[in-house]
This record gives sequence, C-alpha cells and structure tokens, in this order.
Amino acid sequence: MKLETDPPSGDSAARLPAPFREWFAARGWTPRPHQLELLKRTQEGRSVLLIAPTGAGKTLAGFLPSLTHLAERPKPKPGAAWQGVHTLYISPLKALAVDIQRNLTRPVEEIGLDIRMETRTGDTPAHKRQRQKYAPPDILLTTPEQLALLIASPDADRFFAGLRYVVLDELHSLVTSKRGHLLALGLARLRRLAPEAVGIGLSATVAEPEALRRWLVDQNPAGRMADIVTVAGGAKPEITILETDERVPWSGHSARYAIPAVYEAITRHKMTLIFVNTRSQAELLFRELWHVNEDNLPIALHHGSLDVAQRRRVEKAMETNSLSAIVATSTLDLGIDWGDVDLVIHVGAPKGASRLAQRIGRANHRMDEPSRAILVPANRFEVMECRAALEANYLGAQDTPPLGEGALDVLAQHVLGRACAGPFDEAEFFEEVRSAAPYSGLDAGTFSRVVEFVATGGYALKSYERYARIRRMKDGRWRITHPRVAQQYRLNIGTIVESPMLNVRLVRGGGRQRGGMVLGKVEEYFLETLAPGDTFMFSGRILRFEGIRENEAFVTSASGQDAMVPAYAGGKFPLSTYLAGEVRGMLADPDRWRTLPEQVSGWLRIQQEKSVLPRKEDLLVETFPRGDRSYMVAYPFEGRLTHQTLGMLLTRRLERAGARPLGFVATDYSLAVWSLGDMGGMIRRKALFLAELFDEDMLGDDLDAWLADSWLMKRTFRNCAVISGLVEKRHPGQEKTGRQVTVSADLIYDVLRTHEPDHILLQATWRDAATGLLDVGRLGEMLSRIRGRIVHKDLDRISPLAVPVMLEIGREPVAGSANESLLGEAAENLIEEAMGGV
Amino acid sequence: MNVVSRIEAAAHGPVEIAMAGERMVCDPSGALYLPADRLLVVSDLHLEKGSSYARRGSMLPPYDTAATLARLADVVARLRPAVVVSLGDSFHDDGGAGRMPEPFREHLLQVMEGREWYWIAGNHDPAAPDNLPGRCVDELALGDLTFRHEPSKGGGEGEIAGHLHPGARIVRRGRSVRRACFASDGRRLVMPAFGSLTGTLNVLDRAFAGLFKRESLTAYMLGANRVYPIAGGALRPA
Repeated sequence: MKLETDPPSGDSAARLPAPFREWFAARGWTPRPHQLELLKRTQEGRSVLLIAPTGAGKTLAGFLPSLTHLAERPKPKPGAAWQGVHTLYISPLKALAVDIQRNLTRPVEEIGLDIRMETRTGDTPAHKRQRQKYAPPDILLTTPEQLALLIASPDADRFFAGLRYVVLDELHSLVTSKRGHLLALGLARLRRLAPEAVGIGLSATVAEPEALRRWLVDQNPAGRMADIVTVAGGAKPEITILETDERVPWSGHSARYAIPAVYEAITRHKMTLIFVNTRSQAELLFRELWHVNEDNLPIALHHGSLDVAQRRRVEKAMETNSLSAIVATSTLDLGIDWGDVDLVIHVGAPKGASRLAQRIGRANHRMDEPSRAILVPANRFEVMECRAALEANYLGAQDTPPLGEGALDVLAQHVLGRACAGPFDEAEFFEEVRSAAPYSGLDAGTFSRVVEFVATGGYALKSYERYARIRRMKDGRWRITHPRVAQQYRLNIGTIVESPMLNVRLVRGGGRQRGGMVLGKVEEYFLETLAPGDTFMFSGRILRFEGIRENEAFVTSASGQDAMVPAYAGGKFPLSTYLAGEVRGMLADPDRWRTLPEQVSGWLRIQQEKSVLPRKEDLLVETFPRGDRSYMVAYPFEGRLTHQTLGMLLTRRLERAGARPLGFVATDYSLAVWSLGDMGGMIRRKALFLAELFDEDMLGDDLDAWLADSWLMKRTFRNCAVISGLVEKRHPGQEKTGRQVTVSADLIYDVLRTHEPDHILLQATWRDAATGLLDVGRLGEMLSRIRGRIVHKDLDRISPLAVPVMLEIGREPVAGSANESLLGEAAENLIEEAMGGV
Repeated sequence: MNVVSRIEAAAHGPVEIAMAGERMVCDPSGALYLPADRLLVVSDLHLEKGSSYARRGSMLPPYDTAATLARLADVVARLRPAVVVSLGDSFHDDGGAGRMPEPFREHLLQVMEGREWYWIAGNHDPAAPDNLPGRCVDELALGDLTFRHEPSKGGGEGEIAGHLHPGARIVRRGRSVRRACFASDGRRLVMPAFGSLTGTLNVLDRAFAGLFKRESLTAYMLGANRVYPIAGGALRPA
C-alpha cells in the first residue's frame, strides 16, 4: 500500500492520545499512515479529502480526528453551558448512517470514550428529533435533507456553535446530483455558523480529485482547495470476461445465453453478487436462474422497487451468509458491508468504469486480497465495452460525472430555508452562496431573481406583492412574512421528487378481493401503459395486471405464461464519455481485436470488408436501402441519451430536406433513421449534405423548437416546480398524490411558457433538461469533434455493424408527437365499430 | 344515417350531439354551443386561481386569468353567441372577481358587451360577482334542458352540468393519452373545465358513479383542433 499526500507532509507527527495508542496496540495493530496523516492535517485546522479504495479503514480514518478531539475534551461541569453538536456525519443513504453508527460503537466502547452518537433521518420519530434539538448528541449521523432542515431552524446558530468536524462520506456520489447542490449550500451555511469546523471528505478513487477538493472548502475567492490524502493501490482485482461457446447475441440486454455459465460460477463460490443495470434485467435474470437451479441454491433478488420488508429479509439473509447468490441493481451499490461475498458478476455493460470498480469492491472487503469478478456482456458491442472497462480498471483511469453548475431550483429552496432561520442581508448571503463550489460562478443578477422568485414568484406582472412569502424590512434585510411560511418550507424540503409510485398488490381472482400481499412499488407511468390482462415480470414472478384502485395496482399470479410487456426498465445508465472513447479506439485498431472473442473480431473483420471501420475520431455514417425504405445509420458511441436527442434533431432536419423520415431508434452505440426518400441517393445527387445535416447549429433553433413541446420539458419542469417550492409537495395534514402534482405542473408550464418564457424557473428547467435528459453538452462536444470528419459509406445493403441497431427497430415505441394520431386512431376504431353495425 | 353524419363531423373539428331534442356542438375549445338559441355554455373558468393560491403562499403564475379570458374571447368572437352561460366556479373563490386586475376586468367586460350573460352559482363562488354585469342564478332552464353547476342525483334527463372537470384516458400502442372531455350518455352532459389552470378527473372515477348509463357513455375528448368521440368501453381508468 502506498500513501501519497499533497502537499508533502511536514515533520510534526499527529497527536494520538494514549487510550487510542493502547487500543491499537492491544489488538496488535498500528494506525495506518493515512489515518495519522489525516489526523495531523485536521489537527492543524485544515480540511482534507481522503481518497482510498474500499477496505482501507476509511471510516475510522474519517472519525479519528473527531474521536480524539472528543476524548481530550474537558468534562462539562454540572450546570455548565449548553453544548451543541460536535461532529456531523453526512452520507447519501440512511442505511449507511445506521451502518456507520454500528461500526463506530465498538471502538468507542472499547476505548472507553464517553460519547453520545445518534442517527437522524427521515425515519427518526418526531419526538426523538425534537429531543435531539434540545440535547444534541456529540456525533450526529444524518443525510443532506436533514442538514437542510436543521440549518433552517431559528436556533441553528446555537445548535451548530460548537461544531468542529463535518465528515462527508461517499463524497464522490454525493456531489453530482441536486442533493449535492443542496449539501454544498448547507456546508457554506455551516462555515458561517461554525468557522472553526473542519471538513473531511471520504471518497472512492475519482478521475478529478481537484473538483472534490474545491467542493470541500470556501470558494470565495474561487479556486482554493482542501488538502488531499490518497491511499493508492490495494490488490488489483482479478477480472475476467465470461468465456462461452454460446453465440453472443447481436443486440438486446438479457444475456440469457450466459445463464448456464453464470449458474455454474455460483455453484463454485460461497456467495455471489450479481449486478445488473436495470430492474427489468434483474427480474429476468433472477427468473432464468431459478429455471436452471437444479440444486435449489438459495438465490435472492434485491432492487429498489421491492417492498421494504422483502428487501430487509434479503439483507438479513446476506448478513448471516445464508444465501448463495443475490441478483441486484444499484440499490446495493454504495459501501455497505454485508456478508462474505467472494465473487461479483456484472451482467450487461458496466457503462462507467468507476461504477465497475465500486461494484467489484463489493467482493472481499479486505484490501490486500484481490477481488474476483466476471463481466458478462449481453451483446457484441458490450463485449467491446467490457473489454474497454476492464482495461480502464487495470489502468486506474476512472471517471465520475462532471460536477454540474448549481441548480437554481435548489438555490430557491435554500433561500427560503435561510429566511426561515432568521432575517438575512442579501449581499452578505450572496457571498455565502458563492462560497459553495457549485455556485461559485453565480452572478448577482441571477441571485436577485431567485430571491424575487422566492418572495413573490418573480413574475414580470408584479401582482403578488401583497402575498409575498419573504419581504425586505426597513433595515434592508429579508425575513419571512408569516410563521406559516416556515411550516410549509419544512414540509416541502428535499431534492428527490419521486416519480409517483403505486403499490403492487397480489390478489386472487380478478382483483375483486382486497388484502393480498404487497409485492413492491412500480412507477405509475409504467402501469399506465398496461391494459387489464397484460402480463409482466415483477418481484421474480409473472403477473397479470388486473387494474388500479386508488394508489394500488391489483395483480394476479400468471405463472406459466410469458411476460408480454418486458419494458419495465427502472434506472438506465448512460455510457460514460471515457468508455465511449475507448470503444471507438478499439474499433479503429485491429491490433486490439486479439483480446476479443473470435465471433466478435470476426464480425469486425467482415464489417471492414463490406463497409469500413471509422478511425477513432471519425463518425461513420452508412446509408442503404431495405424493403421500400432508406436507412441511415450513424455510429457516434456517445450513449443512448445523446443519440436520442441527435435522432430527434436529425429527423427534423431530414424532414426539411425533403427526405420524408419516418422514425429513428437509438442505442448506446449507434443511431438509425429511416425514411421514404432515398437518403443515399440524395447525398450522391448533392441534394443532401452530411456536413450540414450534422452541423452544430442544430443545437440552436431546432433544439428550442423541439423542446418547447416535449414531454421531457414538462417532466423536468415538474421537478423544478416542486424543488423550488412553486408547487407544494405536501400540505399539512393532506398529502398530494404525485398525480395531482403532475396535472397542475403541466398546466402551469403551459401558461408560463406562453406568458413569460424568460421566467427564472423555465431557465432552470432548460438547464436541467440540457444537462440531464438530453445530454446536450455531450452532443455538442461530439458534433464539434466530428466536424470535417464524417465518413459516408453508401451501401446497397445492410452492413454487419448496423445489425444490432436494426434489430432494435420495432422494439421501441413510436417517438415524437404521435398523441393526436393515436386519438384519431381510437376514434376511427369507434367509427369502424359503428359502420360495421349499420 | 345518423351515425354517418356524426363521423363526418368527427373528422372536422367540432362534434354535434343531440340531447332533449336540442342540437348542440361540442367545440374543441371546451365550450358547448346551441345554434338554435345562439347560446354558448362554458364551465369552471376558475378565474383568479393563481392569485388564490398565491394568497396561501404558492406563487403560481399570475397569467391564468389572462389565458382563460383570451380563449373565451376567441370562442365568443368565432361563434358570436347572443347568450352566454357560465356554468359555475367562474371564479376560483368568492374574492376572485374583486381581486381581478383592472385590465382583465375590462377585457371580460368587452367580451360580455352586447350579450345576455348568466353566472350560475358554483361551490367555489356561491356569491354573485358584484363588480360585473350579468345575472346570477342557481339554475337555468331552457325548454327541456336544465343548466346547473353540480350534476343532480336523479336521472338527469336534459341536464347540462360542470363541477367534475371530466377527463378521459385511452391507451394505444403502449402509449397513454389523457385529455379533458365532454362526458355524456345522451341524457346528461357534463362539461369539461374551461379554465387554464384546471386539472381533470377521470370519468371512470367513482365521483361519476351513477351519473351515466355505462353502456351509452361517450367521452368527447378535446384534441388540438378536433373533438374525438370515444366510446366508454375504450376508456381507461386514471
């Protein structure tokens, strides 16, 4: 193991109090160098980012500064002044907070420390939360949402006055989302309330630690960084790609071909963790494994939609090592230690290499022994992607999503929270907000508009002055206008807007009976597409959909039948930029094909013969006729989201060019558009220019025009409206259903877009959609990369490389604004019915 | 024959229906027009809903009144009715008419100019708007037709009501489409809400129980420029 620090450490050693030294010694241990290094730096009052692989004693390292400081703290005299919370621990998961408390209890008791530790999450009962405010524990373990609530309280300054340490766990996963923005703002507030407090960030290996180092400290002036302590190395994981004589499919994600091999691997290990990318994959794989489970091995299923009780049972069984295998999605991703996992199997492409590293860390949580993992590609492109991920893992090149610019809806929430804690001065508060890394680039004008939005909605038509939620007082400071405002704020906090979920209840016979078992929850939008009688797979069973009653979907068992609707795909990950580049590189370089299985390299060789393989930085575009249509297939390798956006824009442009496009389909690797007009011929006749078709200017008017009517925008707006407090998540005593929120937010969107298209919330929505759902940034980078580098191949038939995407055609629902024609169709049916009766 | 004429109508914008011997037109805007009487019915305008929420701390856009009035002005200019019936919940609350900004009030007065205008009392606005002309009534009768805000408990022969904001949903090829609609079984008609910030309630919801004969229920769903008559059997619950 190697320790790297930056800047190099000085001569002075860390102060480790005697009881700690004795505790280590009694166990025959010595404190690890990074634990001491981190201790020393925090004792010097510096914030530190600790980067270490799983199993490196990260938790103890993170808490050593706090525990030693608490150990040396003089005992409070009876009747002495009130002490606030001393250490705040924040993690992305409730479960992690509980887990950490359990892990810390042992050293604390064994060392004999008199320290009170408590968790505080959404599950903590109200009376306990109330007590915590008046008698805070020394160490409080909590989540970003709870921190937001605590700092919005009028006695926040008293509560946090004695705060010395803020420990942020799994920082790499905390910082990238809107939760991260909320947390960054919370941290900025804590720096004002407790200037002495030191931040300690714990993170897995990331590509750009500088971003996290800036995130940890005051960015006013911008660019300052926390210290860094890096633990490199650990044993390299043993990763292999599943070898099989079975034919690897051209397309699809089921990996059914690999079931016998996966089962065989399970039988050879104590406990196998099988990770997949989507819930539908998990369901399918679980079922297929049970089909071949001749030894009746205990194989379990775990994903986010299952009923909590069911998940807990599985987790319990893992802890006690009574399972042979568990099929799971990302719900098991973050660093929770459970059981003796000795093999990780990853089915499907691992998308981001850093995600892969984290998942493999699951196996064998001791750092000096190598983890064992098998990658199972589901189709031929995934074989290449797995190979690229594998090489990336060995090279240690890992990527994390870039830390986005701070979201404005989150800022609006924070501004109201700040006002709930007490009056604030706008200029002073602006400086504080800009000290949070995601908001360091915020300008005063935008900030003012957000404050106006919080006050009266920020509309050009100033008709709500008299209803303002916050108002400027004579001394120039802003304050809330009524205690009710604070009450509403507390009920609406948070950044996770749940897609409305319905219970899935298993009943007998036609769904007339009540009271069967709840199997879990499913997103409403999925159920909406089902008709009674449709069968689908959930919770490891085939179920027949019977109907919806209130907030429950009634289903009956349909075992023995095939699932008609396979589409329940919760949680898809995009292909990371880095891996995309690697796959393109591999494609371009026949020398690297040697590491690929023969059936894949053979496929590439035939492609080379029949068409061409693009160089790494080129974009290959093929056109060919098939049936009575013309097809255009492009291979950007930029991930499905980017391709979907590109497909929308290309079809608009092809329409204008007179190619009469009919539709498109996108995969992670390529994109196919089909049309009535002969696109290959148009290019030959110079009636269509690919350079113009793929020009970056499509991100201007075309994007705006398409977006304005897109359901993507409405969905995004709905989230922004809830987070920013425009639409209430809950009313006191009356919880709105997700459905009601959807309806009213869509209407608000329409009204606002017509009457005030420049409104701050529409701007926030646009920014969100552009970065999240549309991946516009990545599309822009791709378009600029391929400028002048488009390789067109005009073919008389489909190429080998085009086969996978062509097989996806027909699996995808019709995209675009087809709603009116669907209504028309339904009406025509009625007409047919009526005419038939005449 | 009857069926064929309905089909032709369905392909071009509005849809004609007949109830209690009266011919009426379901307009894609969500208004109902009775050509013989030159009478226009709109329901559940919910004017000043935005400011009603703002008063309670949710700063919804203050443009809903303007948007609703613009659509109302459109349909009035297009059909030139002699009589307009606003079928209740014209304002989101009793203070709504008083809160309405002056330019909007003037716009509304312009639309009302030269027409016989009836405000039917709704549950949101039981009191009459005191700063606007027009007659305020609880119910209105015209031949065998009755106009009231809330559908009555009885058979409802010839009743035209609002209040419930009916909407309907169909699923075709794995996609779900939800729209506001006129709902009728040939005896009774429930109007869609006309206001810009008004949501919908599925016609299959239990709130509609007992109002329609299930076998003859049709939802006249509002499209962009057309009204789509969809038989009850093709509808899906919320």
